Amino acid sequence: MKQDKAFLILSLTLILILQPKSAYGMHIMEGFLPPIWSITWGLMALPFVIHGFFSLKKTIDEAPKLKLLIAMAGAFAFLLSALKIPSITGSSSHPTGTGLGAILFGPTIMSVLGMIVLIFQALLLGHGGLTTLGANTFSMAVVGPFVAYAVYVIIRKADGPQWLGVFLAAALGNLSTYTMTSIQLALAFPAELGGFIASLTKFMSIFALTQIPLSISEGILTVLVIKSIASYANVVIPSIQNIDEGA
Amino acid sequence: MVDKLLRSKKRKGLLTNLLLITMVIVLVIVPLVIAKDAEFGGADDNAKEAITEINSSYEPWFLLIWEPPSTEVASFLFALQAAIGSGILFYCIGYMKGRSKRDDNEL
Repeated sequence: MKQDKAFLILSLTLILILQPKSAYGMHIMEGFLPPIWSITWGLMALPFVIHGFFSLKKTIDEAPKLKLLIAMAGAFAFLLSALKIPSITGSSSHPTGTGLGAILFGPTIMSVLGMIVLIFQALLLGHGGLTTLGANTFSMAVVGPFVAYAVYVIIRKADGPQWLGVFLAAALGNLSTYTMTSIQLALAFPAELGGFIASLTKFMSIFALTQIPLSISEGILTVLVIKSIASYANVVIPSIQNIDEGA
Repeated sequence: MVDKLLRSKKRKGLLTNLLLITMVIVLVIVPLVIAKDAEFGGADDNAKEAITEINSSYEPWFLLIWEPPSTEVASFLFALQAAIGSGILFYCIGYMKGRSKRDDNEL
């Protein structure tokens, strides 16, 4: 029984590897969400961005020293979302880099920083788009950071080691972003046969696997950056104290 | 004694970092070896195909305001984005490291 299962998983993996398809491990393209969904996701993302804006202002007012770390969180997202990395499915996708900032400052600050990255990519790189900005902001700059933050808090509450918390937070934040993207695509394009679920399965099956190695990479890179912040920063950041002890 | 302890801790940290970086590099190389014949293309064109597979009548209702004229220009802009990001990131790390070193010496 157990062997059957292992065989099934192995053959499914092989099928996916041997029949490479391009994945949606990227932002939703310009014009590819019907207007109603563009507006809906825009409205959904807006409150988070506004909250993040005020949270950013408050953080800087209260502790101007943190500006350096906020710049780092933004720069990290900027850097990682420019790296299109090959994955086992034979297509390429890029990480998001939003987990770092979410762990350091809470999720909504990353809603602002993530949206800035998305605007840059939509205007200059022809990647993503203005009509899909709301949807992409919601997946990359709202859902991703919130999942990352929640995972980190849960693991720390359970007395899990810090490095594990950071790693899982960043990795799952990455995966959840692209899960959200497939939900968004499936909602906008339900299959004639099987509807939303059929489309979701299709979108998920293509890029869930693509995104796995990338999310592991993102987790590792985030641990590296947090380690150096923890050893050199001269400001107290309650969320990442004593990281070295766990590592 | 303290100095020695500090140094061995530092070396351990460096080793851990090197190990972590190696893991990331392996994660990038393995797909290139496993899926040798794959195109490793990005989303855009193929995503259009899959969406038209589901809904053949769909036409994008809005076009990009500006698109990089060639893949060379696009990859230049992506490289620029990565360079700006890593420039700021490592400037900050270097700044913090220098500052903490200076503070240590003052003690």
